[in-house]
Amino acid sequence: MLQEQELKTFVDGTTHYFEVAAQQPATVGSPYLVTDGNPSVHEYTGVINVSGRREGVVYFTAPKAMLTVLLMKMQENDFSHENMRDLVGEVANTISGNARRDFGNDFVISVPSVLTGERNDPPVIAGARSFVIPINWRSHSAKLVVALR
Amino acid sequence: MVGAANGGVVAGARRAFRLLIVDDSNIMRRRIERSQQFDELEVVGSAANGVEALELFEKTDPDLVTMDLTMPRMDGIECIENLVRLKPDVRILVISALADKATAIDAMEKGANGFLNKPFTDRQLNDAIAELIRGA
Repeated sequence: MLQEQELKTFVDGTTHYFEVAAQQPATVGSPYLVTDGNPSVHEYTGVINVSGRREGVVYFTAPKAMLTVLLMKMQENDFSHENMRDLVGEVANTISGNARRDFGNDFVISVPSVLTGERNDPPVIAGARSFVIPINWRSHSAKLVVALR
Repeated sequence: MVGAANGGVVAGARRAFRLLIVDDSNIMRRRIERSQQFDELEVVGSAANGVEALELFEKTDPDLVTMDLTMPRMDGIECIENLVRLKPDVRILVISALADKATAIDAMEKGANGFLNKPFTDRQLNDAIAELIRGA
């Protein structure tokens, strides 16, 4: 069973990114559990694979509109597909870095990969339930999904 | 050529300190380039991985380097080792999302002079680069 502290590490890594990079904190919505299939994804998804004491995936999935505004807040004026991929990868990278710091050698955390398209679900391993944590920022909403067993 | 990787050499008059930016993220390279506010600093190039960084390093002879760690082809730690071998007095600021102490210690032991965690504010970045310049 996923520990609350483990979940908190992933959530903190995500909200920390908004707080520092955009200088505007994100809020966390009510988490919910998806036990049947994969939670739906937005256009851009940054994925980290976890092995060791836990096994599965953690991903941050965000709509293009949210990433566009986030880029604007970072004074970036190139809103290309590549920069959107880049940005969602950077958020996943921060989540990964936080997890490595907090979990040490108990967890093996992969380098993030990026998926695009709303039909491109990250592979969730059998037996892992998906915790979905809404990440709200300005008028936009993204999701952090933690699916570990 | 602002923010370009893939062997991008930035043209400009020579100033006191020459900076090479190494990061596989285009938005990070551009951000670092944009936010540096030092008259005595000239960005001489930006690279997206360690292999490109080594090529650009030999072409541009920078005094200062900002270095990501997690990159394809050659990671930052291996790149730092190579850069220090080529130019022992080069000053290197690691800018990485890897937030654990062991990684920071490893980078410093290989020859890095400072460590800044991603994400960062412009102020944190400028303070870290100012520190790098002071030590150069």
